Amino acid sequence: MDFAGTPVSRDFVGTEHLMATRVALLCSRVRVEEKLLRDALVQRGADVERVDDRETVIDLNVPWRDFDVVLERSLSQTNALAALQVFEAWGLPAVNRYAVTALCNDKLSTSAALTAAGIPSPRTLVAFTPESALDAAEQIGYPVVLKPLTGSWGRLLARINDRDAAEALFEHKAVLGSHEHSVFYLQEHCNKPARDIRVFVIGSEPICAIYRYAEHWITNTARGATTSNCPVTADIASLSRRASAAVGGGVLAVDLLEDGDRLLVSEVNAGMEFRNSIDVTGVDIPGRVADFVLRVARQGSAPVEVLA
Amino acid sequence: MCPECEAVVPVPPDGEPGQVVQCGECGAELEVVTIDPPVFTLAPPEEEDWGE
Repeated sequence: MDFAGTPVSRDFVGTEHLMATRVALLCSRVRVEEKLLRDALVQRGADVERVDDRETVIDLNVPWRDFDVVLERSLSQTNALAALQVFEAWGLPAVNRYAVTALCNDKLSTSAALTAAGIPSPRTLVAFTPESALDAAEQIGYPVVLKPLTGSWGRLLARINDRDAAEALFEHKAVLGSHEHSVFYLQEHCNKPARDIRVFVIGSEPICAIYRYAEHWITNTARGATTSNCPVTADIASLSRRASAAVGGGVLAVDLLEDGDRLLVSEVNAGMEFRNSIDVTGVDIPGRVADFVLRVARQGSAPVEVLA
Repeated sequence: MCPECEAVVPVPPDGEPGQVVQCGECGAELEVVTIDPPVFTLAPPEEEDWGE
């Protein structure tokens, strides 16, 4: 592949068994995670090439025959989904699969999949106007949490404590927000103990988990939350495995909330970050991801998980 | 050199194109374009669809 990302044709017929697995690492910035993943793949004998999603040109008529598998790590969820859609049409296996990433990138889609699978998650209401959103907030009761359908790192989350704040926030979103903000996604506020749980699930196996602590109600490491190891109990393993299967499986981070005696699935992330979780868990997360990616390359497609 | 303040910015020993570093003088986030010679560009601000 040349610098612009245009595939260069090669003839591999009859030589595949002699060659290293060829992995396209589709990313934007090279973060710590991308370095760790690349190193883990190289240590396992893979031939890894970074493909910058900001520079590449994808010709739908020219499949990337130089690669056996794509590990998608784009910063932009929009770019990621677009590229994954093309890879899938080509029959080029990718981690994660398009359908899984599409489900996880949209909180409403994730909630719908979790609900359909009977997986406990915070009560969620959806409304399409400021007036109906206010009605939804009153039905749930204050405080209530408002989330954008897409987004990450705790961005644009709002805990609404009363009707006055709700009215103001909904009006501001309706007037100032893009059309994506015209869908109001409201959830019950859970009384979590200043922490949540992130479970790393690869394939169908919960390989480790962390607590994420913060005094702020948003317990996201991108917002400064600290981490410690969380033992993967039978309940945590079962719930995270079910959540992973509900969205189709792959390399996933399942976020859980402790609310009294309840353990709820908050969200499932398809592009997990893990730099703060390796030392505290003692688990080689990038190595496990690399093993999965190479297995997908050998099998020719990512496995589709289903609920047991 | 930092494109914002023109301070000399060293490339970290494990630096590579695509990596983001911070200018020690002005604090700007810079993306490494090339290592040799060291060339930086201002890293784009976070977009609404970025994330996990």
